Amino acid sequence: GVAMCSTGTLSILRSDSYADLSQYRDQHFRGTRYDQERLLRKSCTLYVGNLSFYTTEEQIHELFGKSGDIKKVIMGLDKVKKTACGFCFVEYYTRGDAENAMRYINGTRLDDRIIRTDWDAGFKEGRQYGRGRSGGQVRDEYRQDYDAGRGGYGKTVQ
Amino acid sequence: MSRRRHSDDSDAGQPHKRRRTSEPSEIEERLESLICRVGEKSNSSLESNLEGLAGVLEADLPNYKSKILRILCTVARLLPEKLTVYTTLVGLLNARNYNFGGEFVEAMIRQLKECLKVNMYNEAVHLVRFLSDLVNCHVIAAPSMVAMFENFVSVTQEEDVPQVRCDWYVFAFLSSLPWVGKELYEKKDAEMDRLLSQTESYLKRRQKIHVPMLQVWTADKPHPQEEYLDCLWSQIQKLKKDRWQERHILRPYLAFDSILCEALQHNLPPFTPPPHTEDSVYPMPRVIFRMFDYTDDPEGPVMPGSHSVERFVIEENLHCIIKSHWKERKTCAAQLLSYPGNNKIPLNYHIVEVIFAELFQLPSPPHIEVMYTTLLIELCKLQPGSLPQVLAQATEMLYMRLDTMNTTCVDRFINWFSHHLSNFQFRWSWEDWSDCLTQDLEKPKPKFVREVLEKCMRLSYHQRIIDIVPASFSVLSPANPVCIYKYGDESNRSLPGYTVALCLTIAIKNKASNDEIFSILKDVPNPNQDDDDDEGFTFNPLKIEVFVQTLLHLAAKSFSHSFSALAKFHEVFKTLAESDEGKLHVLRVVYEMIAVLVDKMIRTQIVDCAAVANWIFSSELAHDFTRFYIWEILHSTIRKMNKHVLKIHKELEETKARLARQHKR
Repeated sequence: GVAMCSTGTLSILRSDSYADLSQYRDQHFRGTRYDQERLLRKSCTLYVGNLSFYTTEEQIHELFGKSGDIKKVIMGLDKVKKTACGFCFVEYYTRGDAENAMRYINGTRLDDRIIRTDWDAGFKEGRQYGRGRSGGQVRDEYRQDYDAGRGGYGKTVQ
Repeated sequence: MSRRRHSDDSDAGQPHKRRRTSEPSEIEERLESLICRVGEKSNSSLESNLEGLAGVLEADLPNYKSKILRILCTVARLLPEKLTVYTTLVGLLNARNYNFGGEFVEAMIRQLKECLKVNMYNEAVHLVRFLSDLVNCHVIAAPSMVAMFENFVSVTQEEDVPQVRCDWYVFAFLSSLPWVGKELYEKKDAEMDRLLSQTESYLKRRQKIHVPMLQVWTADKPHPQEEYLDCLWSQIQKLKKDRWQERHILRPYLAFDSILCEALQHNLPPFTPPPHTEDSVYPMPRVIFRMFDYTDDPEGPVMPGSHSVERFVIEENLHCIIKSHWKERKTCAAQLLSYPGNNKIPLNYHIVEVIFAELFQLPSPPHIEVMYTTLLIELCKLQPGSLPQVLAQATEMLYMRLDTMNTTCVDRFINWFSHHLSNFQFRWSWEDWSDCLTQDLEKPKPKFVREVLEKCMRLSYHQRIIDIVPASFSVLSPANPVCIYKYGDESNRSLPGYTVALCLTIAIKNKASNDEIFSILKDVPNPNQDDDDDEGFTFNPLKIEVFVQTLLHLAAKSFSHSFSALAKFHEVFKTLAESDEGKLHVLRVVYEMIAVLVDKMIRTQIVDCAAVANWIFSSELAHDFTRFYIWEILHSTIRKMNKHVLKIHKELEETKARLARQHKR
């Protein structure tokens, strides 16, 4: 006889590429690769990048609130100036809400900029600061182009 | 699932993933992949791909028959948009291997029974349709299919069963007829006429009180919002009048007619619908959403009429595509746009209509609202020369019909439109909507524009919105959201509590403790002092105002600052807001930064859901009663309450189970 299971599915329908882990792993993470991946797979926290320096917490709340109730938003800060430097963390109460943000808010616009979201292993004190030498994000150290929303030219160009 | 072995120099502590002796599992993956991909874009014709695949599967039958049966049953259930591709495949297999055909039919019947038992009615419809199309492929004998439909329609004679049960069996019968009506009528016209007549009399006597609740618009013009069975009945009537000629559905089996008509057919076993039980949950009735007709795209192909069976088939298939691919927005958009229409249908219009049908579905959309916004953006990216125009046309039409649109749907329209605009630099021809400026501000159109601009502002900033609308729209533009702190204005220094507020401000800035805060607040006079209070905890509204206003003014910089303030002064809040009136008054005071703060206050149990409800329905809020943000708060509060109830219920069940296990020892 044939084992029938009316709840079985097909692998093409299981595909969920937007919610999968990316290739990025935090080099400053304390722990093994395996630990990091385990945390990423159950995380409710997203890293959000390519924000304008002028994007406010309220705007982030309004946009990311569309995929579910937000527990916390932590703005990324320039380590020296303590001002917004173009990234943040968004923590949801449930994983499902975070997944929907990855599926439907990642790659869309906020303040006219295409923002990028990725899974984060969880906020720890200190991670709200940019890791670039000048205090902002690394990408703004070496950037050659002019970006009005991110302080103009990259730091090494200035 | 990948089963590759990781190299030995991977991180310490990472478990090795062993290679299973799982060749069969790899073969199953390959078979599943081959079967699922047939019908996708290919260099060869669909016919030759089907023929090739039938050959491969026939060769694999001796070793992998049960796996192939399982995969085919699953695609029948889960890929209804490719129905005729797979019925053709089964037809070819049956022609080559009669026993296999018989086993497949048996497996399908078992699966159908299982689905009905576990309330998977939507998937059961796909199985019924698949079986009926197998008649066209000479796998199932037409008379036995008619017999099954006779058993379906006789459910309408059952007594004391929910109407939705009879509805489902009638729907399963009628919705298969676009595929198989012609064949069944040719073989058994008397029986079919009887079935249709029984169906008609059922449809005449059934109740339709659900229709006004589910209609997106209350008006019948320009398109009536029909009850779904009524609409389907009209479509089948028209199909019958056209002598069952149906030209939209792609039927690959026609190319194989000479092979298939040599095949031996199987008879469906007699099928008794499982009886109604207490646990049966049938699908809800629906109202068909229509916003376009053939006049909306005068230059392109003609849109099939609302009572044409083509319209039914197109809409069913597009809904199925969204259901299959909702998690993968690019795939979903690509699959929708590659729906085979042979340029004979205005596909963009159908897609936009189907998406809005889901977005506006009452009571709730099938998927999360934001999915539809992003899906439409993906579609605009893939068809930049045509889809944005259709979307603009749709927006205009929705605006024109706001007067009769269900309020919940208007809210969803507001959310969608503002979010959509924020992805396109807020570009819109606002002047086209100048007619709303001369109307009373509470009327649907100006209200809609006002709420859209408010939402646009929340996604950007105040000046941006002022810049994007014409000056004439300033009456509808949102106010600049600055907090008004009455104790910060020197001209208010005679207000009771003013000096206390000053002391409090300094104290908080100097990181005073809760006890110090309480002693400062002791000096606030109580306007309710004359009331007899036996309880000992007097409700002092002025104390609440001074404390909450001062604290939130200091913390107004951002949400995070406000949340920290709530956390730090949690104890003070709870004391001041101990009574019901106290809770109500706290809510009144936080008016300016509401929705988000109210949410936090509920989560930290400073106020409860009942207080929020009382506040929203209080007289102070009357002038804002129809504002969107009020209802956002109410809905969010109810959602939280529901989640809380579910959580507690679950904990209760778990505790009961633990207790039961303990007793067993």
